Amino acid sequence: MDWSLPINASTQGVLIDNLFWIIFWMTAAAFVLVEGGVIWFLWRYRSREGHTATYTHGNTKAEIVWTAVPAVAMIALGIYSGAVWTDIRSPDSFPEDALTISVVAKQFEWNITYPGADRVLGNDDDFRIRNRFEFPMGEPVIVRLESEDVIHSFFIPELRVKQDAVPGMTIPIWFEATQAGEFQIACAELCGLGHYRMRARVVVHDQESFDSWYRDQSGAVQTAAN
Amino acid sequence: MLRDKAQGWLAIVAALTVGCGGGGDGAAAGGDDGAPAEAAAPAVDPAIAATILGTVNFEGTPPAQTEIDMSEEPVCADKHTAGAPMTQQVSVADGKLGHVFVYVKEGLGDMQFAVPSSAVALDQDGCRYHPHVLGIQAGQDLSITNSDDVLHNINTQPTINRGFNVSQPQAGMTSTKNFRSAEVMIPVKCDVHGWMNSYIGVLDHPYFAVSAADGTFSLDGLPPGDYVIEAWHELYGTMTQNVTVGEKESAGITFLFTESMAGNYVPLGEPLVLGGHDADTGAHAHDANQS
Amino acid sequence: MATITAEPTGIAMVEEEHPLPFIRKYIFATDHKIIGIQFLFTCLFFLLIGGLLAVMLRYQLGYPGQAMPGGDLLPETMAPGGIVLPEFYNSLVTMHGTFMVFFAIMPLLVGVYANYLIPLQIGTHDMAFPRLNMWSYWLFFVSGLVMLYSFAVEGGASASGWTQYAPLSAMPEASGVSTGQQLWIISIAIFGFSSLLGSVNYITTVINMRAPGMTWFRLPLATWSLFITAILGLLAIPVLTAALIMLLFDQTIGTTFFLPQTGGQPLLWQHLFWFFGHPEVYILILPAMGFVSDIIANGSRKPIFGYHSMVFAMVAIAFLGFIVWGHHMFQSGMNPALGMSFMVSTLIIAVPSAIKVFNWMGTMWRGNIQFTTPMLFAVGFVMLFAIGGLSGIFMASTPVDIFIHDTYFIVAHIHYVLFGGSLFAIFAAIYYWFPKMFGRMINETMGKIHFALTFIFFNLVFFPMHGLGMGGMMRRIYDPSQYEHMAGMQDTNTLVSIAAFALYGSGLLFLVMFFWSLFRGKKAPANPWNATTLEWQVPSPPLHGNWKEIPEVYHGPYEYSHPDMEKDWLSQNERPDVASPARHGSSTGH
Repeated sequence: MDWSLPINASTQGVLIDNLFWIIFWMTAAAFVLVEGGVIWFLWRYRSREGHTATYTHGNTKAEIVWTAVPAVAMIALGIYSGAVWTDIRSPDSFPEDALTISVVAKQFEWNITYPGADRVLGNDDDFRIRNRFEFPMGEPVIVRLESEDVIHSFFIPELRVKQDAVPGMTIPIWFEATQAGEFQIACAELCGLGHYRMRARVVVHDQESFDSWYRDQSGAVQTAAN
Repeated sequence: MLRDKAQGWLAIVAALTVGCGGGGDGAAAGGDDGAPAEAAAPAVDPAIAATILGTVNFEGTPPAQTEIDMSEEPVCADKHTAGAPMTQQVSVADGKLGHVFVYVKEGLGDMQFAVPSSAVALDQDGCRYHPHVLGIQAGQDLSITNSDDVLHNINTQPTINRGFNVSQPQAGMTSTKNFRSAEVMIPVKCDVHGWMNSYIGVLDHPYFAVSAADGTFSLDGLPPGDYVIEAWHELYGTMTQNVTVGEKESAGITFLFTESMAGNYVPLGEPLVLGGHDADTGAHAHDANQS
Repeated sequence: MATITAEPTGIAMVEEEHPLPFIRKYIFATDHKIIGIQFLFTCLFFLLIGGLLAVMLRYQLGYPGQAMPGGDLLPETMAPGGIVLPEFYNSLVTMHGTFMVFFAIMPLLVGVYANYLIPLQIGTHDMAFPRLNMWSYWLFFVSGLVMLYSFAVEGGASASGWTQYAPLSAMPEASGVSTGQQLWIISIAIFGFSSLLGSVNYITTVINMRAPGMTWFRLPLATWSLFITAILGLLAIPVLTAALIMLLFDQTIGTTFFLPQTGGQPLLWQHLFWFFGHPEVYILILPAMGFVSDIIANGSRKPIFGYHSMVFAMVAIAFLGFIVWGHHMFQSGMNPALGMSFMVSTLIIAVPSAIKVFNWMGTMWRGNIQFTTPMLFAVGFVMLFAIGGLSGIFMASTPVDIFIHDTYFIVAHIHYVLFGGSLFAIFAAIYYWFPKMFGRMINETMGKIHFALTFIFFNLVFFPMHGLGMGGMMRRIYDPSQYEHMAGMQDTNTLVSIAAFALYGSGLLFLVMFFWSLFRGKKAPANPWNATTLEWQVPSPPLHGNWKEIPEVYHGPYEYSHPDMEKDWLSQNERPDVASPARHGSSTGH
């Protein structure tokens, strides 16, 4: 195992990864300060011949400093995180005209419904594929997430996407892939005995191969309907 | 020994779940404890036993079978060398209908029958259930095997029996289960592989059969008498016939299912019949088979 | 602070000529010290169970699909041929969390030490309601047995995670567990009653029964923390109980509070559970912070640094703890705007936690540090809790939480807080107060070996989990090899598992040492650590009723290394002018 995040293949992933590493370095500094300080004190102020403790009940100035510094750091982090969060999750951030795909989770499979040739969900030319999620890179995709039975969680590590699928709710998320490739949907919320292999194939196409795949699938729907 | 222990637990569970809807089951479980069946072992004199032979015919066009995409499960896909596996719901060949569960519905009176000591096998191979439809006697062991090196779960959904949902994550795993009360039929599904389904008919007597691919079936060793025979199909519902057989007689019957029966009410377990559910349930069973 | 000498009737110092019968003294005891010890033994047993469950689930993760040694002793429904089944694995995960949170850590902190310490530290004879106290223990005992029994019923123990997310927990047809699930609910409901009885008792005792002169700001931080914890419990647990009853009804009598098919709302469970659950997290850490404060001051031979800010930080954590529950639900489908506000409160709660860490460091600064076993565990607590606190910042940030939510990063975080934090503090407390409780010492060399093993193996188990989480390994996964992105993680998982077995081994070593010391340990003096708080002013172990006469308190709890004193400690009931008249000079503390 290498200590790194999986490769990132989405636009949101860039934001998330940046924030991750900012926090990493912040906490790394605090880590060194605290652990180093404790170890230094243990050594420096160890009990030994002729050494006595200094009698003090505290130091207001020091306490103000170590209250204020974390508070400022946390507020700054909160503001920055809030901005990123808004970019990703706020209802206003959702792109218009995105390819909208319905994903319905159930024990233990992902049923993906594509909107068909007209790119509108909920009519006859929709087609449903079990455990295969294919979409183009370079174009935002909206997933409308639902569940039929218990709570599942839609997780594609490489796209930095995770959202619980809750029965009784339709939860939209969006993302935009930046590179083509094959990934997997993983279920991240304990959903029963098959939770550990509730996975689906994710195929991110380039635009051209997506179009041809999509045409084939839509065509199959047309044929079956006739 | 182990069984006794399990029954002990069951009794405790039943006691604990009184008021939680488990009371009725518990009582049933405790009551039919094999003992009366053993006492009445040789109910039928083989010298006078009769036979019902029959065929299930089919008229019309069966629904098109569709390919099952098993590409996500190479272990299973690789087993289907002869081409992609097809849905199993309707098996029609030359106007004969397979996978029909045929059994004696009425006419045996209060007769008691021994529970066979042999187990009925249900195998999971190539991400299919083998057989697709099977019959078993109440109390008889059902031996479930996983021949695939992938996770299967066996989720039975009875209405009057106590169901179970167990997993077999590796090849070669076996579970032995049984059902305590007669119930036609109990659906079985695998939640990992949505296309996998099977039906189990549980009866308190041994007179049941599943029609073969050529539509034939036989009910052997029957005591002479008047019977109501029912044929059950997962898509076309049920039909019954009255048959009388004398000593050592062999009666022939045929059932005819037609295309237009698709969507008929398909009974799954007694209470549903009594409860008078109709098209809804049938449609549900229908859906479950589309994969 | 005047009217604080209320005495429960009939509990004065024990009269030796009327010894209590065995059953009243040790079984249905009303003496707070015996009840504390009853909790201790029971909790150590549950800790052993919880650890064993962890060992089993770690075996599956270290060696996926292989037969577990000794696993063939388990019934076929759990591990046929020794191979752990996925449904049993889910039970293991659920019950490990359940036993550790509800039956080990929480009662070890509160049941054991609130009972044992509060009357001694505030200088009174017993709890305000000794019989409620007895009930609190026995309800706890029953709830633990019910939970344990759920393994034996058909379908096995609950398998929907210790957080019991509905609808999985409300639908036996989805989880495969029916009776075990109901027993889980019943057990925790009984446990809740037990906790409530305890909370009422602790709060009343601290408010009403402090010795003369024991003002609020002369209370030892251990008692402060237990007092605040009791208030948290009193306010949070009824919410859980209500949610549990709704869940039980959903399962048994057909209500649909959490089932969406007929208008229920699965997220309601999460809101209710975490409204309890997050204060619960602080119930699990505040007493640990209190114990560690006592022990670090003692081990550094210095007054605690910033006593008042330590108290206010705990109050702040307790208050904020009630408004951060939504940070468990950032990815649950809750309104993203709500996520923002919970992120802000969550980041703010990091501040009082940071204050506490810096104040502990301030206490060690220019101290005269004694490397006793309790001190080592207390310092271990500070070091590991700091890591747990820092890793919490990652998940507090909502966008980062998108990726690390429900991964092993969270598992690492919670274990740094609950094991590296709470359990290290519990070990520190056990070593520190063992002489008082049992009148014998635990061997210091053995204690240090135990500390070293625990510290090393703890980090080997849980630090790599941060890396697994960064790689995207999900929680509660039976077999990570099923996913491409986790393909390279098996070696780490195996290493973690081996370290986990060793960690469990060091826990067993502790138990051996614990019981050996109980009978063979060196006799302990009344005050082996030269400590200042009141419990050290009575014999080890204290007699029934604790005090011949109620002590009078003259100053704060941490008067170590007072410049006017020859010895480096001054008990709370000692007057400096009496103890060291020649050198007596300036004021003493608060």
